[in-house]
Amino acid sequence: MSEQSTHHVNDGVTKLESVVVRFAGDSGDGMQLTGSQFSVATALEGSDLSTFPDFPAEIRAPVGTTFGVSAFQINFGSVEVSTAGDEPDILIVMNPAALKVNLKSLRKGGMIILDEGAFNAKNLKKAGYVTSPLDDDSLAYYNLKRIDITKMTVTAVKEHGLGNKDSLRCKNMWTLGLVLWMFGRKRQPIINSLLQKFAKKPDIAQANIAALNAGHAFGETAEMSSNLHRYEISKYEEKAGTYRTVNGNQSLCWGILAGSQLAEIDLVLGSYPITPASPLLHMLSNLKEFGVITFQAEDEIAAICAAIGASFTGSLGMTTSSGPGIALKTEAIGLAISTELPLIIVDIQRAGPSTGLPTKTEQSDLYQAVWGRNGDAPIVVLSVSNSRDGFEVGIEAVRIATKYMTPVMILSDGYIANASEPWKIPDINDYEAFPVKFHQETEGFHPFKRDPETLARVWAKPGTKGLMHRIGGIEKDYDSGHISYDADNHQKMTDVRKAKIDNIANDIALQEVSQGAEGGRLAVVGWGSTYGSIHQAVKKARKKGLDVSHIHIGNIWPLPRNLGSLLKSYEKVIVAEMNVGQLNTLLRSQYLLNSVLLSKVSGQPFKISEIHEAIMDNMGELT
Amino acid sequence: MNKQTDIKKLSPADFETDQEVRWCPGCGDYAILKAVQMTLANTGATPENTVFVSGIGCSSRFPYYVSTYGFHTIHGRAPGFATGIKLANPDLDVWLVTGDGDGLSIGGNHMLHVLRRNVDIQIMLFNNEIYGLTKGQYSPTSRPGLKTPSTPMGSVDAPLSPCVFALGAGARFVARGIDTSLKELPVVLARAQEHKGASFVEIYQNCIVYNDNVFGAFTQKKTAKDTQLHVKHGEKMLFGKDVAKGLRFNVEKFGLEVVIIGENGISEDDILVHDETNRHMAFMLCELEAPEYPAICGVIYCNPAESYDRSVHKQVAKAKSEKKADFNALLRQGRTWTVE
Repeated sequence: MSEQSTHHVNDGVTKLESVVVRFAGDSGDGMQLTGSQFSVATALEGSDLSTFPDFPAEIRAPVGTTFGVSAFQINFGSVEVSTAGDEPDILIVMNPAALKVNLKSLRKGGMIILDEGAFNAKNLKKAGYVTSPLDDDSLAYYNLKRIDITKMTVTAVKEHGLGNKDSLRCKNMWTLGLVLWMFGRKRQPIINSLLQKFAKKPDIAQANIAALNAGHAFGETAEMSSNLHRYEISKYEEKAGTYRTVNGNQSLCWGILAGSQLAEIDLVLGSYPITPASPLLHMLSNLKEFGVITFQAEDEIAAICAAIGASFTGSLGMTTSSGPGIALKTEAIGLAISTELPLIIVDIQRAGPSTGLPTKTEQSDLYQAVWGRNGDAPIVVLSVSNSRDGFEVGIEAVRIATKYMTPVMILSDGYIANASEPWKIPDINDYEAFPVKFHQETEGFHPFKRDPETLARVWAKPGTKGLMHRIGGIEKDYDSGHISYDADNHQKMTDVRKAKIDNIANDIALQEVSQGAEGGRLAVVGWGSTYGSIHQAVKKARKKGLDVSHIHIGNIWPLPRNLGSLLKSYEKVIVAEMNVGQLNTLLRSQYLLNSVLLSKVSGQPFKISEIHEAIMDNMGELT
Repeated sequence: MNKQTDIKKLSPADFETDQEVRWCPGCGDYAILKAVQMTLANTGATPENTVFVSGIGCSSRFPYYVSTYGFHTIHGRAPGFATGIKLANPDLDVWLVTGDGDGLSIGGNHMLHVLRRNVDIQIMLFNNEIYGLTKGQYSPTSRPGLKTPSTPMGSVDAPLSPCVFALGAGARFVARGIDTSLKELPVVLARAQEHKGASFVEIYQNCIVYNDNVFGAFTQKKTAKDTQLHVKHGEKMLFGKDVAKGLRFNVEKFGLEVVIIGENGISEDDILVHDETNRHMAFMLCELEAPEYPAICGVIYCNPAESYDRSVHKQVAKAKSEKKADFNALLRQGRTWTVE
């Protein structure tokens, strides 16, 4: 229903290319569940999709308040969808607070489906409405559908004998039933999952199914009275294969595990709970059959220290956190650099500084990742661009960490972490293994003996006869590994640590142009979760015939060796990022590039239109 | 740097490295190093299966001087590293070397948790009641009134008792020794090594430069018998030149007191028998302070339970026996669909 879509009304069914639906309600209304269930039903029908869960930081905010509003947005279609959509076409609100918070995001003329039963005096007051929006003309520009979902849900579940509170908790399923009908999605997968979820509470399961069916039936009846329409979205033409939906935390978790399998090494995770990185700790804790060991430490510092201890011992140490936690780990990262041990550090970024906005997204840890340590302390930094490619990035991180004996930091963010997309499931057997070879040779051994090509030091693990050695954070002698305070040696060791990381640029993929030509008038450069917005904005501009390209950088440090010349092949470069110019500073410092910054730090992802506008401005075109 | 190990029994000298020891001449650390090397030889430790881990401070240089595996880490965090080492390979014998600043100030939190989790390592806390490596500031165990560069008018901090802290944290092995007691210390260290779980050993260590003779009240050779009490499980807690002094439980005071056999009708029957499995007794013993009481040394508390690292590996083994590790199947769990 967005502007690139086409409308064909036929037999009461409107054909759409893509549509953006936003479910919004109180934290207790089950909007995340509704949204994710709808996503699955949609994916099963062969749509491309992208989701954006947007929930409050409070665990149980007071009912009915604006700060307790939880929302789930999904963009799906028969065309390539790579963002959760700029503006919803359809907004579904379960109470006045949800309307108040979400109305401003709705497309003008968009549809509102609201639970009229929840628009009572008490809820209106809690949401801060003086007069009901249903009684004035504030919703005049929208296609308003008032449905007493509360009443109809209670009626639908009556025969299952639930109390009032449990009955009302089925409202989300009634709503889901209606939306499934609107888009011709099947109910059965949802019913199966309800039966599974409430296997021990059959009454609750049956009540939810009754509500789902009742919502669906309401649609069919309403259609006859022409109040509501059905929409048809053709299948998205995808490559053959088996698919599933995946979010960024899942793909990254599985990617790192895949990497450890390919490296033939056990994974030891040290972690401390933090939003939005905790799901990685939860997922890996549930993968013990793969030999994964997880340690919920007393704090962020102990978590990374345990990971480094595990790497010293011959496992692959890993730690997961978000910006504030990474700050606490900084000193330990320095030790891993100094002792040249492999380590995977995952930073699921969130809005900062300090505690910032824990559930809102941002890309403002790039300086921290690349430069945020005492001393000259280079590490490898990789970035995840969408919900799917965490898998490839995870494998690459393990490959680099074990081959070069270095910490690798992976930057993801709260948006990618929670957003789901369809994913063609890979086959682990298609990947080439890169087994770790522990050092065994006692002759001439010292712990900082290097591979002349990679400059990686040998990895000798405790338990190996004849290779006893001591390492630590004090500078080591280049030729013996003993502690050394020698001035020339420190110069040499600093140089070799830098050269080792710089050299990795020769072992990573060349920078590709994601869309458009190599060289030309304008390149929009991004990294991380801005991929989808930039992709769509550039696509739109190119459709208009403009010479603009999209370059998305995954290798943050070291940068791909062709990047400098590639960027200089454009007349103009825009760097779009969700911070006040961190990648821009990096690129300008490396390449003396005269780039233009497009910055956004509102806790929300870029809209396609915001990037499109910047493209038009910078090309001297009218939008 | 590396030493070949033979089947022949190793001597303390086999646990020395070629590194020049850099502690101040006369530092108590030399004696402790010797006691540890003796212990390793006595217990038949294998260098390749032994790891010394330390934080930062004078004591933390220790790993460089023992010819096993060693990791000199960052300030206060050695417990985290040691935990990771044991999780990665529970078969390694891990020793953690720390001090009163490293282990109880910057690393106090980690000390608490490594003890309560009961990670199977030996923790040697060298207590000299001062910061040595940063040149003489007061530490969390310094006595009130101590004048240092950062407390020119005397420290106003209440000090911490390391063994009381350890017991409070849930340690299941608490012992104490004195740096120069080369007869007793290796025995205590061997017990710590034998104990499966976190073993906490406080070692009174003299800093000759910044806090010399701080334990002089009970470490003088001449008066040692009257000022030290080396407790042994199942034996009466007697001490003194003539073995005539002992500890008695005073019901009215609800605490321990020093009594002299033959005085005020006290007989040997009144003297408490040390029970190293009794946590209440351990608390009372750890709270006794010299010079009013003898310095309590030896194994004060030992009450083993399954170690953290073993429990973790049991769960992993259980999961492996119950579920097949099939990576492709993992990715295909839940709802999938096929595009032809």
